[in-house]
Amino acid sequence: MKQTLIQMEHSANRIRESIITMLEKAGSGHSAGPLGLADIFSALYFSILNIDPKNPDWDNRDIFFLSNGHVVPVQYAAMAEAGFFDKEELLTLRQTGSRLQGHPERERLPGVESTSGPLGSGLSQAAGYAYSLQYIDGIKHRFVYVVMGDGELNEGNIWEAAMFAGKNKLSQLIGIIDRNNIQIDGNTEDVMPLEDLKGKWESFGWHVLEVDGHNIESIIDAASQGRAISNRPTVIIAHTIPGKGVDFMEYDYKWHGMPPNADQAKDALRKLRTLDGKITHEGAGV
Amino acid sequence: MTYPLDPALFTDDMKLEPTRAGFGRGLRAAGEADERVVALCADLTESTQMHHFKEAFPHRFIEIGVAEQNLVTVASGLARAGKIPFTSSYAAFSPGRNWEQIRTTIALNNQPVKIIGSHAGIYTGKDGATHQMLEDIALMRVLPNMIVIAPGDSVEAEKATKAMANNGKPTYMRLAREKTPVFSTEDSPFEIGTAYVLREGTDLALMGTGTMTAKLLEVATELAKHGLEAEVVHVPTIKPLDNKTILYTAKKTGRVVTAEEAQIAGSFGGAVAELLTEKLPMPLLRLGMQDRFGESGDPAELFPLFELDPASMAKNIAAWAKVTHRYHQ
Repeated sequence: MKQTLIQMEHSANRIRESIITMLEKAGSGHSAGPLGLADIFSALYFSILNIDPKNPDWDNRDIFFLSNGHVVPVQYAAMAEAGFFDKEELLTLRQTGSRLQGHPERERLPGVESTSGPLGSGLSQAAGYAYSLQYIDGIKHRFVYVVMGDGELNEGNIWEAAMFAGKNKLSQLIGIIDRNNIQIDGNTEDVMPLEDLKGKWESFGWHVLEVDGHNIESIIDAASQGRAISNRPTVIIAHTIPGKGVDFMEYDYKWHGMPPNADQAKDALRKLRTLDGKITHEGAGV
Repeated sequence: MTYPLDPALFTDDMKLEPTRAGFGRGLRAAGEADERVVALCADLTESTQMHHFKEAFPHRFIEIGVAEQNLVTVASGLARAGKIPFTSSYAAFSPGRNWEQIRTTIALNNQPVKIIGSHAGIYTGKDGATHQMLEDIALMRVLPNMIVIAPGDSVEAEKATKAMANNGKPTYMRLAREKTPVFSTEDSPFEIGTAYVLREGTDLALMGTGTMTAKLLEVATELAKHGLEAEVVHVPTIKPLDNKTILYTAKKTGRVVTAEEAQIAGSFGGAVAELLTEKLPMPLLRLGMQDRFGESGDPAELFPLFELDPASMAKNIAAWAKVTHRYHQ
């Protein structure tokens, strides 16, 4: 179901609350990336993607690949928010028998288009699907989106796929890079510099857009522009704040692979529900 | 049912053809039969014999360039879009280089991508150890969901290619570069998961996969001269292994020899060892690469060097049989 901008902002906040709740319950998992992606996933699931939560394999759907599978809590939270499954199921994250595996598995959860986790392989799968639509099936009205992390751009597989998509001018392919500047060992520019990132993608034949990854309207506009570009693939470099919405997690790479404990989760949820103390009663604006 | 062997086998008119040629024909036929079949290659289109498909169906052929990780992951995406992708490269590179991508995006993701590894084994010859892939069987058979096939000759490779197009599963097939004897006929049976008794015997079992089976037929002839009647079993599918046929022959003969152009650890010999150890422990001799890499040379010289030519194998098997009692239940 498509939402208005203000509804999407509220959805993003609820997605963040779900992320905190499910990670605390799971006792393991990644915090910073999922929180930073909440606005992008709200935009994807409530505006950009042409999907039907009640019919996940609908023939006319857009395709969404998650390349950096470790941020999947944000996808699960967005899917639950969109009605793919009940929100209660979010609390089974990482538990034995759960459909919500620590990293996403296609065969376990309808709506997940591929299994991912090991980094660098999502863009090429998205490119393969987009190639099929554009050159083999001649289907023009469907688009393929893929979210990548910035750390995973260290992987050679990404650049193999970037070359392939550029060569074939895969115009129905839209990549979104979560440019949050952190990876496990530290700042991306210290671990393995990515800049000039825009120039790199342009030189591979891509249309490149840079947006504020927390401005839902900008994200949606960029996706629209990406769909309108008919002679190249598009990549949206979305600048995000890791841990966005929870002040003690923001910008701190130590929260990349760590869940909040009970006290931290309580603190985080209070901040999210009171817009960081700016409003006095919890639940306002939700 | 008796397995029909090519009447020209081991005569002056014996047919010789690389298994990859059979793949080329089979892929084109599979493409004609099903328009969902697509083909991807990593800059080795003619070498892996995909050019026949490319000429027939240019819009369903995708050139990937020298990028084996991309080769299999683009294929995974195509499978998600409802296609039946065949990928080809040399086995040293695919699945040699891109094993993790195969594991995650094809095996765990359970997509029916076909991974064709050409130039596997010792027949790769003069290119040397880097290109003589000997670990591909072991790498692929440990993956859940993955089917592993090593066809015995070009005729069987063609049948295997058509069969895997329809099996709906992730599948690996290894192929050889050089011409090898054609022992099967158009009428010979082939089903994925089935092993075939090519020659009946009572004294010991010779089980071969891929291009080694033809050599084992020669070995059996040689052993007969020493009074040993060997049953020869051809095992083109290494996973799933045809436990029934292998155990039947093992029980009947009481001694088993396996032969392959691969590391014996974890490959076909390893698979048979696992089966016999659990179900029917008995003497087993595994012939193949004994924890060493290959090297450059003409295959006609390399097989004797590694003691995998028929004469060396017959000699070593006869010596082993002399000191190894048959298992009696």
